[in-house]
Amino acid sequence: MIIANKVTVSRSGRKLIDDISIELKPGNFTVVIGPNGAGKSTLMKVLSGEMQPDSGLVSYYGTSVDLCQPADLAKRRAVLPQATQLAFPFTALEIARMGAVAHGALNPGEEARKALSRVGLRGFESRPYPSMSGGEQQRVQFARALAQVPQAVVDDVPRALFLDEPTASLDLGHQISVLETARDFASAGGMVLAILHDLNLAAEFADHLVVLHHGRVVAEGACRETVNDDIIASVYGIAGAVGRVPAAHIPYVLPQSRNR
Amino acid sequence: MPFRRTGEGDRTSQGVLVLFLLAVLLVFSCLLSLHVGPTGVGLRDLFSYLTGNGDSLTTQERVILEAVRLPRTALGLLIGAGLAVSGAMMQGLFRNPLADPGIVGVTSGAGLAAVCAIVLGGGVLAPVAVVLGNQFLPLMAFFGGLLVTWALYAIATRDGRTSTTALILCGIAIGALAGAFMGLLIVMADDRQLRDITFWSLGSLGGATYGRVLSILPFIVFVMGIIPFVAKGLDALILGDAAAFHMGIPVQRLKKIVIVAVAAACGSTVAVAGSIGFVGIVVPHLLRLAMGPSHRFLLPGSALGGGALLLIADSVARTVAAPAELPIGVITALFGAPVFLFLLIGKNGIGARDLP
Repeated sequence: MIIANKVTVSRSGRKLIDDISIELKPGNFTVVIGPNGAGKSTLMKVLSGEMQPDSGLVSYYGTSVDLCQPADLAKRRAVLPQATQLAFPFTALEIARMGAVAHGALNPGEEARKALSRVGLRGFESRPYPSMSGGEQQRVQFARALAQVPQAVVDDVPRALFLDEPTASLDLGHQISVLETARDFASAGGMVLAILHDLNLAAEFADHLVVLHHGRVVAEGACRETVNDDIIASVYGIAGAVGRVPAAHIPYVLPQSRNR
Repeated sequence: MPFRRTGEGDRTSQGVLVLFLLAVLLVFSCLLSLHVGPTGVGLRDLFSYLTGNGDSLTTQERVILEAVRLPRTALGLLIGAGLAVSGAMMQGLFRNPLADPGIVGVTSGAGLAAVCAIVLGGGVLAPVAVVLGNQFLPLMAFFGGLLVTWALYAIATRDGRTSTTALILCGIAIGALAGAFMGLLIVMADDRQLRDITFWSLGSLGGATYGRVLSILPFIVFVMGIIPFVAKGLDALILGDAAAFHMGIPVQRLKKIVIVAVAAACGSTVAVAGSIGFVGIVVPHLLRLAMGPSHRFLLPGSALGGGALLLIADSVARTVAAPAELPIGVITALFGAPVFLFLLIGKNGIGARDLP
């Protein structure tokens, strides 16, 4: 279990996140939503051990995160960052391979290949990363994260997957397949924390939804309780948008009502 | 592509093959460097000398080989390897293929410190010079290089990203500053020191002695020794500080080690041979084309390739205008500067990324 207890991060006098307590439970897909600047990425940085909170504590199974070596943390969780650009032409396989190396794989090349096919990039192994499209690059990075935690549970210790806007720059089909892969990871006993902007996707995939606003948790729990008109209106300033069908002349596409 | 058989996208076997070819090239260039010169030493004589029976050599040839050629070849090997590896490491650290110790001012800083050592070694710094003995000049240059590398990193890097423009402008500013201080020191220097400075600033492997080889050996051995420990980290660092940390790399410690290594390689080579430009940019660039950007192969490849390149350049410098000797810096700049220009205007250079 990964626990953040009353964490606060301030930068130049402003509290980016304020007194947040959150638990990532094995088997759970936790989704963080909230408007721009709500503190979602900061919360993820604190939970992944990348940023030290000014007050409060983050612990991985009882061990404070600042006592963990980077190499130990790397075996317990992987992070998918937002768009990354590279100055050097690594191939897709070489990028994914770095994740497998961080995990300590005996045959990192093979693990990387598996991870690439899990994100639908079989056949893209030798493509130079800088020449790929934004969406393909995002999936290569997702493959790198998967190669770093190829199994959700190792020796009874669940691994965690942190995804910072994993669906940004992906088409609808790949948005679903990335989130389904993440959900499979959670179903297998791992922990998943994802930042999403699409409330429909959040509502479909989240076991536990956290709504951030101005650095504070304004609602958390199952989607049925957290995605309602009051909260969406107070956080996003859009009233009456939950659960109503748009005017008859506007077609709408809801991925959560797709055929399965 | 003959290398594809081990699997698409995996350039491991390609890297091993290129390393092997570079090792062969290095052996060839060592022999070339021992062989050519105003007094040629026949290849057959050379081989029998190297395999342990030098009876066929005349006394004169033996003296030339042992007192002139061998130390010069050893020095060229160490300097070439040090320059190329420091270039490759710096490019990884700054995530920028244009970062070269010569271009961004590290060489100037090391040079200024070396001139300080030459001019002030008999005066203000005399006690230090006595204590450090043979290592005084290389150590001074090392600290000069360290100061500049650290300052560059502090100035030109914002949020873990280094802009090409900031890097190169910083290099110009540091070069100008170092030039100004060097001018001051030259005014203070006496005739003998002036000769030392002039000889040194041309950049040459002439005057190679076993003493010089031994004085830079510890620095180069240190830099080569850390290659296996930093290669994985530098690869991860290309994806950004945060991603490298996520993959278990102790980022701050890695950066400190690499900064010290760049300064050690660059400072010590500048101290014994002056500023020899462009080796640190040409060799890693060509190797990235041949084997990909992974530092697992790029760093050892740069060591082999840099040594070979410098030995070949030195052999050309010694023979092309014989009996006169061209400064080796001229040769390396002749093919290095065009590569640099190509990188600068290329799709990953200034022209594409930094202009608004």
